[in-house]
Amino acid sequence: MSGAAVAFDAARAQEIIDAHLGLEGPAMPILHAIQDEFGCVPEAVVPQIAEALNVSRAEMHGVVTFYHDFRREPAGRHVLKLCRAESCQSMGSERLHQEFLARHKLDWHHTSPDGALTVEAVYCLGLCAHSPSALFDGEPIGCVDSQRLDEIVSEAQRT
Amino acid sequence: MTRVFVPLDMAAKALGADRVVAAIAREAAARGADVEIVRNGSRGLLWLEPLVEVETPDGRTAYGNVKAADVASLFDADFLSGAKHSLSVGKVEDHPYWKRQNRITFKRCGIIDPLSLAEYEALGGGKGLARAFSLSPADCVAEVAKSGLRGRGGAGFPTGIKWKTVADTPADRRYVVVNADEGDSGTFADRMIMEGDPFALIEGMTICGYAVGASKGYVYLRSEYPQTAQVFGKAIEVLRAAGWLGKNVRGSDFAFDVELRIGAGAYVCGEETSLLESLEGKRGIVRAKPPFPAIAGLFDKPTVVNNVLSIATIPMIFEYGAQHYADCGVGRSRGTMPLQIAGNVKYGGLCEVDFGLTLGEIVNDIGGGAKTGRPVRAVQCGGPLGAYVPVKDFDMIFDYEAFTKRDALIGHGGLVVFDDTVDMLQMARFGMEFCAIESCGKCTPCRIGSTRGVETIDKIGAGQNVDANIALLEDLCQTMKWGSLCALGGFAPYPVLSALRHFPEDFRHRSLPAAAE
Repeated sequence: MSGAAVAFDAARAQEIIDAHLGLEGPAMPILHAIQDEFGCVPEAVVPQIAEALNVSRAEMHGVVTFYHDFRREPAGRHVLKLCRAESCQSMGSERLHQEFLARHKLDWHHTSPDGALTVEAVYCLGLCAHSPSALFDGEPIGCVDSQRLDEIVSEAQRT
Repeated sequence: MTRVFVPLDMAAKALGADRVVAAIAREAAARGADVEIVRNGSRGLLWLEPLVEVETPDGRTAYGNVKAADVASLFDADFLSGAKHSLSVGKVEDHPYWKRQNRITFKRCGIIDPLSLAEYEALGGGKGLARAFSLSPADCVAEVAKSGLRGRGGAGFPTGIKWKTVADTPADRRYVVVNADEGDSGTFADRMIMEGDPFALIEGMTICGYAVGASKGYVYLRSEYPQTAQVFGKAIEVLRAAGWLGKNVRGSDFAFDVELRIGAGAYVCGEETSLLESLEGKRGIVRAKPPFPAIAGLFDKPTVVNNVLSIATIPMIFEYGAQHYADCGVGRSRGTMPLQIAGNVKYGGLCEVDFGLTLGEIVNDIGGGAKTGRPVRAVQCGGPLGAYVPVKDFDMIFDYEAFTKRDALIGHGGLVVFDDTVDMLQMARFGMEFCAIESCGKCTPCRIGSTRGVETIDKIGAGQNVDANIALLEDLCQTMKWGSLCALGGFAPYPVLSALRHFPEDFRHRSLPAAAE
């Protein structure tokens, strides 16, 4: 989730790809494993995967860009996912988010200039009895308020 | 040794359950208390999470909303003997929220350690599979048909008919695919059962595989549930090691294995054909039906695609017998539905009841009304593609047909409550915005219509040609409804049209201040 990613290495990428070739329909597990390793799905790996799976580069590009999760560039050191779905809206998430983003000069799907925090919108975390909810570096947070969000920003800047 | 239960459910973790566990372990060590901490699933009384339970000779007694800071005082009060404390809830079994339920699918959830096979078996785990193995595969399919079980993912298609189609289609390979892409806002039942009783889902898949002649099952889980993936992944390993999965399932000559696959943030992959495309490693673009997946599904092979709840209920249908399940419910909605009560609601949680309650009973009696204490104004049933129901329709019976009759949708059983501060124009706008973000792009009405819908609603909000734009929006909704292949474009108009029909004042009053300016 956070920026433990290593620099792209084609040989390492090939190992990851090869390790998944025994699966039926291996593209998604490969893309996840690549992103886990390098923090994103780098442009350079797309033809490599296409070759291994015997599909065209265009097809593989299409797969990578279809899914919201696959990044083209690594995220910041920390990732905050804020739920924007209806249940969270029923507890005032829209206003909470707008004020939070404005207060910290952040924007959806952008990383802060210091590289500390990427903020992303998600549509439901399945924590709908504790709306509004969020996911910070993969850890769920329920009943989020502006104070908690501010703490997260401070924590992200520190670490 | 005293057993203390602290849920590992994501909802409990979201409120600090892990910190409570650390505090209990620390405090127990400091006081020399002999404590075993069990990470159970959630009981579903989510407003009380983290709900800590202590096993006493008199049964399990609970403490609600426990924070790490409360742990010392719990020890001081001798909670390990079940003593009273300001956070005492008593026995969960005596709680009114629990007592009115009929827990079949969720019978073990929150009670057992989800990764303990011994505890699973002690509460009936494995009995369903044993009974299925004593029947012929065809009789297993007949048993499911007899139970009246309908797909719990939203469409409500009879599960037995789907299984029979797969079983009867000649093929060299068949698949069982579980749809765990639970993307609807207000739903979390799939997540809860996969975290709280994962063996039930795997046992259900195994029975399904035996019944239809499949030896491979996939679970397609959404990526927004990382902790669910951890628990479920471990559950698969435990069952493999115990011989419940593999070449000889429980010593039989039936081979079956399960693999967990993770989605990548595309809501549309909850649509079954889009999900299959994604499993195959392609863009999650919806397929035209027919052919239905039961005839040509994963890799063009006959495939059962069922929701988590449908499959997780299967072991209990075999354990208790189909008739027991069919005896619950009303009309053609047989059995129980795990309701998920969420949003702006006092007692949010999971409540498994027979079909047939009214919406008012669910929202007001079980849910306790709005959390903010303000009057309830609307309930969205069935996720982002479901209708907004006004309070005047709270007499509606929770049943597939009764909802359909009023242009509403049970969907996956999620209910999101809104109080009187909700702006229904904004909710309608969000419905279109969400569709625009998540459309797979195959059908023009969904891909482009949703963006035009947002623009049109913005014009209505700004008071521009309100009557003409409302007529245009209604027309656009009809085009999307009838011109889209799947439920995303086809049902996205429901929240919009229901908001327009039931809350016209939120669309029309806006023209007044704008006109006056």
